[in-house]
Amino acid sequence: MILFWCFVTFLVTLCNGHLTYIAIRLPLQGSVAAPGAPWPHPKKWIQDSEVITLNVQNINIVHNIPGCDVLEEAANRHRDIIQLYDVGGATGNIRNIHVRVRSSVCERYPHDKMDESYSIYVDANVTLTSQTIWGALRGLETLSQLIYVDEKTNQVLMNKTTIHDEPRFGYRGLMVDTARHFIPVSILKKNLDAMSYNKLNVFHWHIVDDQSFPYESVTFPELSKKGAYSPVHVYSQADVAEIIEYARLRGIRVIPEFDTPGHTQSWGKSHKELLTPCWVNSTIGRALPNYHGAYEIFNPMLDTTFTFLRDFLAEIRKTFPDQYVHLGMDEAYPYCWQSSPNVTEFMEKNNMTEYSELEEYYTNRVLNVAKEVNYSYVIWQEPIEHGVKAKPDTIVEVWKGGRAVETNWAEYMANITQLGYKTILSSCWYLNYISYGQDWRKYYECEPHSFIGSEEQKERVIGGEACIWTEYVDGTNILSRLWPRASATAERLWSPRDVNDTEDAKYRLDQQRCRMLRRGIPAEPILDGYCGDYEAGTETHKDVQSYTGYTHYTDLTQNTAQTRIDCHRGSVNCCIQTNIGIITLTFYFLMSTLINKLSFKNDL
Amino acid sequence: MAVTVAVIFLLCFFSTGRGNNQAHHEESYSTTPTRGQPWPMPQKYSVTTKTYDIDSNNFQFTASGQTCDILTKAFARYKTIIFSPQDTKLRFYPNRFNRVEEGVTGLNVKVQKPCEEYPFLGMDESYELMVPDSNGQATLSSVSVWGALRGLETFSQLITGTPGNGYKINGTTISDSPRFQHRGLLFDTSRHFLGTDVLKKNLDAMAQSKFNVFHWHIVDDQSFPYVSQAFPQMSQMGAYDQMHLYSPNDVKEIIDYARDRGIRVIPEFDTPGHSQSWGKGITDLLTKCYSKGTPTGTFGPIDPTVNSTFQFLNKFFTEIKNVFPDKYVHLGGDEVSFSCWQSNPNITEFMKQQKFGTNYAKLEEYYMQKLIDIMNGLDKGYLIWQEVIDNGAKVKADTVVEVWKGGWQAEMGKVTGLGYQSLLSSCWYLNYISYGSDWNKYYLCEPYNFKGTEAQKKLVIGGEACMWGEFVDDTNVISRTWPRASVVAERLWSAQSVNDSKAAAPRLEEHRCRMVRRGFQAESINGPGYCTPEY
Repeated sequence: MILFWCFVTFLVTLCNGHLTYIAIRLPLQGSVAAPGAPWPHPKKWIQDSEVITLNVQNINIVHNIPGCDVLEEAANRHRDIIQLYDVGGATGNIRNIHVRVRSSVCERYPHDKMDESYSIYVDANVTLTSQTIWGALRGLETLSQLIYVDEKTNQVLMNKTTIHDEPRFGYRGLMVDTARHFIPVSILKKNLDAMSYNKLNVFHWHIVDDQSFPYESVTFPELSKKGAYSPVHVYSQADVAEIIEYARLRGIRVIPEFDTPGHTQSWGKSHKELLTPCWVNSTIGRALPNYHGAYEIFNPMLDTTFTFLRDFLAEIRKTFPDQYVHLGMDEAYPYCWQSSPNVTEFMEKNNMTEYSELEEYYTNRVLNVAKEVNYSYVIWQEPIEHGVKAKPDTIVEVWKGGRAVETNWAEYMANITQLGYKTILSSCWYLNYISYGQDWRKYYECEPHSFIGSEEQKERVIGGEACIWTEYVDGTNILSRLWPRASATAERLWSPRDVNDTEDAKYRLDQQRCRMLRRGIPAEPILDGYCGDYEAGTETHKDVQSYTGYTHYTDLTQNTAQTRIDCHRGSVNCCIQTNIGIITLTFYFLMSTLINKLSFKNDL
Repeated sequence: MAVTVAVIFLLCFFSTGRGNNQAHHEESYSTTPTRGQPWPMPQKYSVTTKTYDIDSNNFQFTASGQTCDILTKAFARYKTIIFSPQDTKLRFYPNRFNRVEEGVTGLNVKVQKPCEEYPFLGMDESYELMVPDSNGQATLSSVSVWGALRGLETFSQLITGTPGNGYKINGTTISDSPRFQHRGLLFDTSRHFLGTDVLKKNLDAMAQSKFNVFHWHIVDDQSFPYVSQAFPQMSQMGAYDQMHLYSPNDVKEIIDYARDRGIRVIPEFDTPGHSQSWGKGITDLLTKCYSKGTPTGTFGPIDPTVNSTFQFLNKFFTEIKNVFPDKYVHLGGDEVSFSCWQSNPNITEFMKQQKFGTNYAKLEEYYMQKLIDIMNGLDKGYLIWQEVIDNGAKVKADTVVEVWKGGWQAEMGKVTGLGYQSLLSSCWYLNYISYGSDWNKYYLCEPYNFKGTEAQKKLVIGGEACMWGEFVDDTNVISRTWPRASVVAERLWSAQSVNDSKAAAPRLEEHRCRMVRRGFQAESINGPGYCTPEY
């Protein structure tokens, strides 16, 4: 104990003007990030100590594809974000930000092969070039993160900078489960904002499960009528369209998951015939506690199961524009099938001896159905693990092995890539498993290529995703629980593999959390300290709603598509109007003192 | 506390995760909430299946006994809470109402004694509630206005309904009083600042669970947001910045807001450790640390060897006494590190003079004794963390000792054995989160579970849930605290025999959805399910 106290030190590190890092007794490791340090870290980032000033009141983002809504809206959004930094300082020089997209195509939807690369040149002019509009979106996000306020002049600054950036992985997802708890549309949208701030590009929407069926189907409206928690806990077609549109404008794909054959209790509420009747002691339709329900797991014996799925997936294909659907296939436990003499008979008739063969039969029929409606697909790892041969273009998601006591996920990754499948990793990014302290570090340090395999195998890893299962999460806590923890995953998936110094990263991540706070995302703290004037709880954000951006609860009986958003907190536009007047000069005087002490000589 | 926190912090860096199966789909099903049942559970609660209509337009709150501003403000508040226009289109669960015959036209509140100005330790919080009484109303009787506040909260929880469908209440008889006098919640506003709106929101949440003490751990090593009138430089130099402050006006607002809800505000000014932020504004207050005979430029605990320290403390706590109306202040006294004291030659000299040898606990005791003398001179009561007693300091007989470390059963035995009143918080550190439904362990922590006589048990005056601020701020503090703190509230209010988690779960589920409906980010803790409306 005494020895421990011999290390007692007290350290106050003054850094970039927004943040004070204070470590009592244990000095913080790592080098403090310069102001305007982007997250995720760009592939190539050269920062000069020389700065330029922005004419932030009149900032204008000029692009070269007139009428392209994705670019127009992104320009507006980022203009608003940049103007959050307008604190009444002297007018700077740079008024125009030039966005030049080489391909003049204005694609409607982001897709799995989109080119997200871009370059930024901040010099006498500010220029962003990219191959596609999607690259321009990523570049605008980076650009708006380079901005900070000079204390002495209150001017809005950027360091002269050159960036050449592209993602390491093409699939950078976040899965949200809306079945265990319903997540209101307004919060899903806010979450899409946060995703875009971290360059995530896939919203994997685990929309239905055993517990509830909130998706309102056009073809089978009874699914949600009987399967949703209540008539108001549903996503209407308009809600879904709104989410997709919101995501599209941010370059985010929406991949819905309709998980079968397991996890389908809620389907059975209106379509009992879809589920396999389970048996106990020669009686049909009986549950055996801890083994199986009375009816569970889609019934593979009936052709109607597959025709139903075809009709259903045909609708989904039309509703969700992305080429991919997630078909689940996880945790299809065999106990119910094993209990059923009908299944035994069916297997005999079809020369099957193992239940994995029946699983394979089911899997391949569903994959065929998906093919019929022109869908590509992602599935969870189990069928492959059980020896099912799926179609070679299947994307397999590895989710098991994230915890120490299990087979490590690296083994699954090695085996599945060896079989030639494209894979995505989520095992080490189950953000619902909370623990005390800075758990973002373990997410940051999870390296998807850390498995034994050939170069070809590594190339089959197309990305990964953070998952938030919602047993203990709903609108009250989802945003603060996800952010900035999911940001750690986002950098791992975007930045080069060698960007992996956790001690350095924490300062940039802290900046990122404060940046998100400024933009209205209630991102929780990872270090002691505070953000800035824009922190919830200070004079400028005194309103208790400020950290959610919503009125105090979501009345689901209103049109959820128009959930009341607390204007001056929730939307960047209004935020500017209300903040300008309030931000105190005292604070900025203090910030100037801090910035003076800031070492611009930081390695960057 | 911070030591523990720091150690766990380190462990976290190296832990590779733990736990068992990573089933991403847990087979858990919704806990069906009760309907119109109170939390915490009253001492005596009987309910009939007969229901009564309540007409929201004409419902009257009347005071037929003593009254004052506390009561009239509470009437207005509960009218809004019960007949919230926000509830317009609620969908309710099937209920146990079977007959609707008559109405209850109002609540008649009879308070026997004149109102007291501020809530205090030992205030009478008992009340009786009769729905309906012989006049077709409901009657709430209490000795003090504080009991009336508790009864109003209970009454509000019995009513369900919507403007569209009307409001209803079951025939109910309640006779209630708290098991423990001190039912506290600690918030730490030093590691992260919490806005006054969030603190107020939290006081509202506390009232809904009948907490009666806001233990405000207002300053610590990291920052000094309290604006002192006598020593304004303390927050000027010691706060995170000049926006992260509690002005005298803010503090008064919090105290008044709490008082209206029958909640005491006990500020904690923790010394001699946990005081790094004090040193920024008050020079020569902290001990200078030395290395090889020269000052290192770093500082340790408050320096007890110089008179200026105690002159300062006297003036400072005189202000605190005047600002905070509660009889008690929390003096901290935990986690004092001796290494800096050991390094300082002046302290070594002082130790010699005082014949302390190398026993630095004696120096700590010396400090605490002098501080306590100051408090005695100010006629202020005090709470202290357990270390002060562990180190052998002699404190006044009416001191309240807060037990926070592990092995609390032995410590509670020891502290009460010495004849001190004690508070338990060891098992209720809500900042330590873990996956899943963790409330069961808070619920089952029984403050009497230690070896001791009846007389010793009687010295346990309550307990506190603690939310240390290392990883919480306004973004997550409400959802992380509620409804987990409510579980502690029931342990401290309800009878010892109310301890069946399974039986409590549906009532807790209703309580959390009720909080959501009232506008609080109370998080989901029972697994899959839903509230209407959602947050």
